[in-house]
Amino acid sequence: MTTMTPSPTTGTPDPIDPATGTAVPQTHLPAYDDDAPPPLPRPGLGKPSPDERFALIGSWVAGAALAWLLTQRLLPLAGLPWFLISWFVVGLVVTGVTAGITGGMTEVKDRVAAGVITGAALVTGAALVSTVVFVTMRGWRAALNLNFYTSDMSGVGPKDNFDKGGILHAITGSGIELGIALLITLPLGIGTAVFMTEVGGKFATVVRTVVEAMTALPSIVAGLFIYTVLIVALGFPRSGLAASLAIAVMMLPIIARAADVVLRVVPGGLREASLALGSSRWRTVWHVVLPTARPGLATAVILGIARGVGETSPVLLTSGAAAFTVTGPTDGVMNSLPLFIYTNVRSGEPQAIARAFGAATVLLALVLVLFVVARLLARPRGNRPTLRARLAGALAPNRAAR
Amino acid sequence: MADVRPRKLSRRSTGADAVFEHGARAVGASVLVITGGVGVFLAWQAYPTLKRYGLSFFTESQWAPDQDVIGIAAVLTGTVSVALVAMTFAFPLSVLVALYISEYAPARIRSTLVSLVDLMAAVPSIVYGLWGFFLIMPYAAELALWLQRNFGWLPFFKVENTDPDAAVWDTSRYVASAFCAGIAVAMMVMPMACAVMRQVFSQTPQGEKEAALALGATRWGMVTSVVLPFGRGGVIGGTMLGLGRALGETIAVVLIVSPAFEIKPRILEVGTSTVSSLIAGRFGEASTSQLSALLAAGFVLFVITLIVNTLAAVVVNRSRSGAGTDA
Repeated sequence: MTTMTPSPTTGTPDPIDPATGTAVPQTHLPAYDDDAPPPLPRPGLGKPSPDERFALIGSWVAGAALAWLLTQRLLPLAGLPWFLISWFVVGLVVTGVTAGITGGMTEVKDRVAAGVITGAALVTGAALVSTVVFVTMRGWRAALNLNFYTSDMSGVGPKDNFDKGGILHAITGSGIELGIALLITLPLGIGTAVFMTEVGGKFATVVRTVVEAMTALPSIVAGLFIYTVLIVALGFPRSGLAASLAIAVMMLPIIARAADVVLRVVPGGLREASLALGSSRWRTVWHVVLPTARPGLATAVILGIARGVGETSPVLLTSGAAAFTVTGPTDGVMNSLPLFIYTNVRSGEPQAIARAFGAATVLLALVLVLFVVARLLARPRGNRPTLRARLAGALAPNRAAR
Repeated sequence: MADVRPRKLSRRSTGADAVFEHGARAVGASVLVITGGVGVFLAWQAYPTLKRYGLSFFTESQWAPDQDVIGIAAVLTGTVSVALVAMTFAFPLSVLVALYISEYAPARIRSTLVSLVDLMAAVPSIVYGLWGFFLIMPYAAELALWLQRNFGWLPFFKVENTDPDAAVWDTSRYVASAFCAGIAVAMMVMPMACAVMRQVFSQTPQGEKEAALALGATRWGMVTSVVLPFGRGGVIGGTMLGLGRALGETIAVVLIVSPAFEIKPRILEVGTSTVSSLIAGRFGEASTSQLSALLAAGFVLFVITLIVNTLAAVVVNRSRSGAGTDA
C-alpha cells in the first residue's frame, strides 16, 4: 500500500512507516472553519432567543385576551381588579402551556417561576407607586399654596380654605424635636458603637446584648415610658422636650446598632497599620476608623432620622397638638408633622383631611430628600465623579443636539 | 554587658488612651443605663398589675378599669392576628422580590431596585396608614366579601350578623378589620424583611451558582438548589424581624381598625384591638394604676417582640450565610 490516506479532518497525508509500508496513525488538530454554521443553535446565555421572546410576550397577550373574556363576558367578575388578578393567573397558565409545548416539566417550572417572581416585583412596585401618587394627588391642592409653608393654624378653622393656614408650626416642631433627639442620640449612639468595637471586653458584650435587645422596643412603649416618667410621675407638662426624649429613647438603640455594624466592617488591617506606625488607640479611632466609616455612619444616622421624623406614636403620647408655632422646647404643647397628619385625619372634616394629605406629601418629600442625601453620601469616594463632571456629562448631548 | 532581660509589656493604656478608653466605657455604661433602664422600669411598673390580676391578666378579654376587670387576652389575639395577616402578605412578596432583585432583574436596574426597597422601608408608617385607610380599605372590603362567600366555611373567614348573598351587602361589617390593618402593616414590614433576604441571597457564592448553571440547571433550578438553601437562614431571620415590627406597629392600626375588646379569630369582621392601639387609645384618661396596667401590657408586647427578634438573630447568625449579615 503506497497510496497516501488523507486524514479525515485536515486532508494532510499521514506519513508512511518505511519498515511496514503502512500509514502511521497520528493525532491531528481539528481545523476550525470560521464560516461553517454551528451544528446546533447555541443556547443564549444572556438574552432570550426570538422564539422564547415570542412565546413569552405571546403568552401574556393571550392571557390578557382570555382574562378579558372570562371576567368581563363570561363570569360575574366585572371591574379592573378582577381583570388584573385573572390576567396574572391565566397568563401563568398560558406561559406554562407554551413552555410545555417545546420543553419538559423543568422548562414549565422555570417559566412559571419567572412569571410569578416578576409579577410579585411588579405588585410591590405598584404598591409603592400607588402610595406616593395617591398621597400626592390628594395633597397637592393644599400643598401648592405658599401660605401652607409660611403660616400656622392659629385662628384657622378646620373648614377654612387652603389660602389660610399652614403647617409651619408642624415643620418647626418636627425640626426642633428631631434636633434635640439627635443632640442626645448622635454622641451617645456613635460613642457606644466605638466602645463596642474599639474597646471591647466583657462589659462591651453586655452593652451590645442590651442595645440589641432594646431595638425590639415598640415605639409606642417608648412614648408611654416618657409619658409615665416625665409627665405623670414628675409632673412636667406635655412639651416638645418630652417628645424629643421619647424619640431619643426610641432612636438610641437603632442608631447605636447601625453604627456598630458600620464600624465592624472597617478592615482590621487599617487599624493594625495605624497602630504599627506607633499612633495611639484614640488617634487610630479618630484619624483612621471614623474617617473610613464616615459614609456608612452618615447613612446610618440619616436613615435613623428618616425613621424618627415619621414616627407618630411617641409624639402622640408626649407632645400634645398645638395649632400655633412654638419654638421653645419647654414651652408646652408643640405640634409635629406626623401628629398634625394624625389629628387632622381623625377630625373627619374633608378640608382637614386634605390638609393632612398636604402635610403627608411634605413629609414624604422630606423623607425622600433625606434618603437621596444618604445614598449620595454612602457612595464609595474613589470613583465618584464630581458634581460638575456629572452635570457636564448630563448636559453634553443637549449641547451637541443644539 | 547590656541588660538582656525582656522589657515589661503592659496592655494597660496610658495617657490619652486611658482617657479615651474610660470615656468610651462611660458612654457605653450610660447607654446601658438608659436603654436597660427602660426595660427594667417597664418590668418594675408591670409587676404590681401582674401580681394583682395574676394569670387572669392573660386570660381576661375585657379592658374595663372602672369595674376592676383588666386583661389582655383580646388585645393579644388582635395583635397576633394583625401580625399574621401582615406576614401572610409580606412573606411571599418579600421572598419573591428579594429573588427578583438578586437573580432575575437586569443588572442595570439592580442597584436602583435595592434603593427603592430601602426607600419603601423609610416611608413613615402614618403614610401607609393613610394609604391603607383611604385607598385600600374599599377594595379590601370587597375582597373580604368574596372570601366570605367562597371560603366562609373556614372559621377565620366568617363574618357574623350579615348575609353575604344579600342584594346590597353591608359594607360596614367588612371594613376596619384586622384584615384591612394587616394589609397596611404588610406594606411596612415587607421592605424590611426583603432587605435582609436580599442581602443574604446576594452573598451566595458565585461559583456554586455557576456550577448549577453549568450542569444544565434552569434559572429556577439554580434558585431552588443553590440560592434558597444558602439563604434559608436569611429568609427565616428576615421574616421574624418583620414579624417583630408588625407586632409593635401602632399608628396604621389605630387609623384603620375600630376598637373592639373580644377574642375574635374572625379576621374579616369589623373591629379588633392590638396592644399598641390599646395604649394609644387609653393612655389619656388613665389614672396611675391604669397606667401601670397599660405599662404591663406594653411590657408583655416588648417581651414578645424581644423573643421574636432574638430568635431571628440566632437563626440568621447560625445559618451558613450568617457571617457578616446584619439586619
